[in-house]
Amino acid sequence: MTAATDAFRNVIEVEGLKTQFGDFVVHDKLDLNVRGGEILGVVGGSGTGKSVLMRAIIGLKLPSAGRVKVFGHDYYNADDKTRQSIEQRWGVLFQGGALFSSMTVAQNVMAPIREHLKLPEELAKDIAALKISMSGLPEEAGSKYPSELSGGMRKRAGLARALALDPEIVFLDEPTAGLDPIGAAKFDELIVNLKESLGLTVFMVTHDLDTLHATCDRVAVLAEKRVIACGPLSEVRRTDHPWIQEYFSGPRGRAALAVEAS
Amino acid sequence: MTDSVAQFDIDMSQGVLRLIPRGDWRARYLGKLDNHLRDFADDSIGRDLVIDMGKVDRLDTVGAMMLQRTMHSCAERGSASGFVHAASAHDALLKQVEEHLEPCHVEPLHGNPLVAIVNRLGEGVVDTYNAAIELLSFIGLTLATAGRVIANPTKMRWAATVHHMEEAGLNAVPIVGLMSFLIGSVVAFMGAKILKMFNADIFTVELVGISVLREFGVLLSAILIAGRSGSAFTAQIGSMKIREEIDAMRVLGLDPMEVLVLPRVIALVIMLPVLAFIAAMLGIIGGGLVAWLAMDISPALFMVRFQETIVMNHFWSGLIKAPFFAFVIGVIGCFQGMKVEGSAESLGQHTTLSVVQALFLVIVIDAFFAMFFLEIDF
Repeated sequence: MTAATDAFRNVIEVEGLKTQFGDFVVHDKLDLNVRGGEILGVVGGSGTGKSVLMRAIIGLKLPSAGRVKVFGHDYYNADDKTRQSIEQRWGVLFQGGALFSSMTVAQNVMAPIREHLKLPEELAKDIAALKISMSGLPEEAGSKYPSELSGGMRKRAGLARALALDPEIVFLDEPTAGLDPIGAAKFDELIVNLKESLGLTVFMVTHDLDTLHATCDRVAVLAEKRVIACGPLSEVRRTDHPWIQEYFSGPRGRAALAVEAS
Repeated sequence: MTDSVAQFDIDMSQGVLRLIPRGDWRARYLGKLDNHLRDFADDSIGRDLVIDMGKVDRLDTVGAMMLQRTMHSCAERGSASGFVHAASAHDALLKQVEEHLEPCHVEPLHGNPLVAIVNRLGEGVVDTYNAAIELLSFIGLTLATAGRVIANPTKMRWAATVHHMEEAGLNAVPIVGLMSFLIGSVVAFMGAKILKMFNADIFTVELVGISVLREFGVLLSAILIAGRSGSAFTAQIGSMKIREEIDAMRVLGLDPMEVLVLPRVIALVIMLPVLAFIAAMLGIIGGGLVAWLAMDISPALFMVRFQETIVMNHFWSGLIKAPFFAFVIGVIGCFQGMKVEGSAESLGQHTTLSVVQALFLVIVIDAFFAMFFLEIDF
């Protein structure tokens, strides 16, 4: 069902979203749709609230106005059961990995499996090993504590945990920041692969132009408290907005484009 | 959509072993199937195996992993084994999973438990030794820095020092005072009850005076300050350490000992005697109040008796300990803060350690002082 019927249907709908911290308004009248089976890249300058938007969608930042619907349910007004079922259908990778520091990497990955699926211990261990390996970590990483890992490895471990339940949507907060270029490219590849084979929908906050070119089906640009442009990269790039022009036509933007063209 | 739960059939009719999984092969439906599939795999090691994917409705990584695992444990690849009739998406999943079948360790690696015990004992001894050496060198460093700053007073951070004097000293006055007042009255109560049996109520004055002046005032203040400010020092410096602020200071040519440690230690050394003094006074007032209300020793009588029997020695022997306690609390608070590394967990550990060590040392020093005063008859 997922891949076939969800495609072209909006799995995330954000309408008229307003978020604020005290008097400081981050988003105002923000609309955004994420379609099933696509990789949506969210870009924007520092402080435009990319991460806040993500947090508003996954239920961590209560909006002061507007509606957020995930899989057609209004998360903030849903009953506990609906919420739980939604939570099992998404996976989140936080910027720093957000691993539980008192557990090993494998135990981290097993945590959601143990909580939500009643599976035999052996199978849970196999699943953890699979996800850890799929995230590009060496097998000996499983028995290590997060404090023993480098930043990049922590990110991969975080992805392994986000993928533990085979979610339908994955939220990635700057997944390639802090990775070396080879690691970042592998990460991109991994995301595309997962999307292809699992029919995954990916909501990705990123600064990385290479990742944007390599993976994203559509790009949403955050500025002026809302989404100022949303569409395939080639379209968005042509939008006549100073920030967008500077972003994609700056030296880094051009370099990333050149790679794509060649 | 058919919501058929995951299951599998085994078919041998065409001479090859065929495994025909059917239904919804997603993680949540596979729990019961895992053992059966493992048994099947164990029974058919070394045989050619064909897995017919034609009847699988849905598949996720877990289902794909289980099938690949079965395939790998049975068959030599090549030969007649393989997956047939897989939908393209399923095929992609199977391929993707195939490279990642290695199991991994879940628990942190432990060796032989006996060795681990000996190891831990040895580590404990060595760690304690090292910690003692480190603490001593930190004390030395603090004193050396203090000496340098005294020689060159322009280097003294007065603003920071006064800030910490307010934070650790002034703000602690209410709680220290209240606690001491209560302890003073409790001591008076306890003493009064026993002393009354001997008709010696009036000795309550000595009891309260000597115990509060010599020990309780200063010890209570030190304990409170260790819990209140020692831990705060560790937390402040530790979180700066985590955010690499300490490293940034060093690189910028600022000496963390001078900027962070010295103001805190000096602030405590100045303020703890003041707090101890306030504590002692309030303790005596508490004791006097109880003596008055419960035993009819009027304040005037209390004062006279107090002046007759309590010599200044008691007062000084209590107060003189305060700067030593303060130094130990301040230095240990900063020392543990400097030892924090990496995680918030380490910060928590060192904050706890800071309080425990400071209290321990305060009481050890107090015991030494008690013996010392006894010997010199002070």
